[in-house]
Amino acid sequence: MQSILTETKTSRSQTGNSKKNTVDRRLKALNIAIKRNQYHQDALIEILHKAQESYGYLEPEILEYIARQLKLPLSRVYGVATFYHLFSLKPSGVHSCVVCLGTACYVKGGGKITSAIEEKLGIHAGETTSDNQVSLMTARCIGACGIAPAVVFDGNVTGKQDPETVLQQIKAWQSEAE
Amino acid sequence: MDLTELLKIANAERNKQKSIRVHCCTSTGCQAANSLSVKNNLATAVKESGLSDRVEVVGVGCMGFCGRGPLVQIDPEDTLYEEVTPEDAPSIIDALNGGVVKPIQGDSQHPFFARQMRIVRQNTGKVDPESIEEYIAVGGYQSLYKAIYDLTPTEIVQEISKSGLRGRGGGGYPTGLKWATVAKMAGEQKYVICNGDEGDPGAFMDRSVLESDPHLVLEGMAIAGYAVGANHGYIYVRAEYPLAIQRLQKAIQQAKRYGILGSQIFESPFDFKIDIRIGAGAFVCGEETALIQSIEGKRGNPVPRPPYPAESGLWKWPTLINNVETLANIAAIIREGADWYSSIGTENSKGTKIFALTGKIRNNGLIEVPMGISLREIVEEMGGGVPEGEIKAVQTGGPSGGCIPASMLDIPVDYDSLSKIGSMMGSGGMVVMDRATSMVEVAQFYMEFCREESCGKCVPCRAGTVQLDALLTKIVNKKATMDDLTKLEALCQMVKDTSLCGLGITAPNPVLSTLRYFKEEYLELIQANNLDVSLTS
Ligand SMILES: Cc1cc2nc3c(=O)[nH]c(=O)nc-3n(C[C@H](O)[C@H](O)[C@H](O)COP(=O)(O)O)c2cc1C
Ligand code: SF4
Ligand code: FES
Ligand code: FES
Repeated sequence: MQSILTETKTSRSQTGNSKKNTVDRRLKALNIAIKRNQYHQDALIEILHKAQESYGYLEPEILEYIARQLKLPLSRVYGVATFYHLFSLKPSGVHSCVVCLGTACYVKGGGKITSAIEEKLGIHAGETTSDNQVSLMTARCIGACGIAPAVVFDGNVTGKQDPETVLQQIKAWQSEAE
Repeated sequence: MDLTELLKIANAERNKQKSIRVHCCTSTGCQAANSLSVKNNLATAVKESGLSDRVEVVGVGCMGFCGRGPLVQIDPEDTLYEEVTPEDAPSIIDALNGGVVKPIQGDSQHPFFARQMRIVRQNTGKVDPESIEEYIAVGGYQSLYKAIYDLTPTEIVQEISKSGLRGRGGGGYPTGLKWATVAKMAGEQKYVICNGDEGDPGAFMDRSVLESDPHLVLEGMAIAGYAVGANHGYIYVRAEYPLAIQRLQKAIQQAKRYGILGSQIFESPFDFKIDIRIGAGAFVCGEETALIQSIEGKRGNPVPRPPYPAESGLWKWPTLINNVETLANIAAIIREGADWYSSIGTENSKGTKIFALTGKIRNNGLIEVPMGISLREIVEEMGGGVPEGEIKAVQTGGPSGGCIPASMLDIPVDYDSLSKIGSMMGSGGMVVMDRATSMVEVAQFYMEFCREESCGKCVPCRAGTVQLDALLTKIVNKKATMDDLTKLEALCQMVKDTSLCGLGITAPNPVLSTLRYFKEEYLELIQANNLDVSLTS
């Protein structure tokens, strides 16, 4: 009890500051990436990866910032950001669940896993739950075909999944959030 | 660094290695099954049992039997343990001391292993992919040394031509011919690109090579660079393969530190540096012209050929682009010679090929087999057949390939035989389907994939894949008529004949091959619709 109180107290007194700090930290990471690539225009994809890694998604201001830094037309930056499936222009949830729908996983029931989650969470693949807890995505093979069907929870690859095991993990996330 | 030093490192490393090595797979498949904890526990068990002076635990690359991971193998006695849990670790180590083993012992003499022939995967599962010294200890980088000091670039190109090696990325283009074209080009700048985009969903050969033996690919690239006159290489790896990227980065750093990559390699005038480029999830980027666009930081839209990349590629300079597995064959060819290599395989398909054996099959995983082996041997003997029921078809070549019916399992697996029956070698995906799988649904699955992955640059592919997908969906949902089937066939031909790049040109293949061998399944679904119609009217 004690610790929770003190924690809230300190975090409250620092809210303004810490928010600014995280913003700075992300921008710093992005700037380092831009500098490391010597402002080369052909490093756009590398830099977008870095930006997405730091910010979680590619918001319009970030794309504008990158365009200015690399002296590229904004249309080119948008063109690239929208071409590649891994770049996201929308924020994602706290947790991510990526179901593989490559051939090996498809043949072994990856589709059933996706449907089960869609039904349970009431969202479609590519969407995030309204409480912003879980984003559901699909992938076309993550190279773990030998242990199909594969599902990636928050970046951790797991194999031989079925609707039950996947729903368990999602339930664990949900109870964690409560 | 010169040859004496290289051999010295090799010797020192061999002397350092303990007489018993406990290999624990730390590739993606086994990591997903908790192999890192297994490895930790094994190391603790060795320490606690006081065996540290003669036993060591080594994290190694993929052993191929990924479906039964985590795998642990003891060298040199060649005992194999499957589905090892962290709790099993003490008894495995105990067994080295004469104890009784409880964990599930595998059979390292099973046809899955015994029928293999390992050239590309020779070190895989035996060396620590994160240690350049281990690679050097098994003879690594000696082929590069030999290439630079004992052979001229022309001799290397001749050797590769004579070996009969063909591209493993899907097209099967003769590698020597491609190298000769790039070597011939004038140009103060040339590039070597290693294509590690591995787009076929259901295939993971290249991932495994990159994760398990990254130096082998770097060595192949450097030899290619020397042969064609390039001093800069790029490896394009898909972002879905973080472990491969991480191990490549490490490998490049290590090689640079030893002067094996960078400037004046082995104190010769030859410079070669390698950079990694990471994809961002677009299947079409595996196509060579799109891949070049992507390395240049652009949208991955293919551009019409000619000019071919060999003449005008990356930043318009002559560019050699080869697949990961193609390049992973080079060091062995330089070491053992073209005659040796061309003695393996068939008339027009030399050497070995790695396949990812997945789907409804008992033994899931990766196998490297000599070209010309029959599909039946692979699926029934090595793969152990379908777990329940009967095999219906084997899909090869991914979205560009086709489905081979069970009645044709006796065909030899080589470039020509597979094309002749309407499928293709492709990059090495081999998905086994049982009787419960609907072939029309499989065709629709691939068409949906091509529709989603079409870059939209040309109309036949952009609009054609949408319509083909819609027609197939209609058939699957039992809403189609015979007219739709006729339309489907005509549209397939149109998309095939008029698309700009390989994605569109080959997108109809899964439909065409299922129409060829499983037409009755299409007809049944259409008849089901007619029945419905006549019942309601
Ligand atoms: C749509 C499409 C996707 C491709 N994907 C890959 C791939 O993922 N990996 C690959 O090595 N080659 C791929 N290719 C083939 C490449 O264009 C190219 O032929 C190959 O990298 C050449 O190397 P190789 O001669 O060593 O096979 C693809 C081709 C097409 C048309
Ligand atoms: S065939 Fe398809 S993928 Fe290829 S260029 Fe045309 S639209 Fe793009
Ligand atoms: S098909 Fe799912 S991991 Fe390859
Ligand atoms: S990933 Fe461990 S055996 Fe393939």
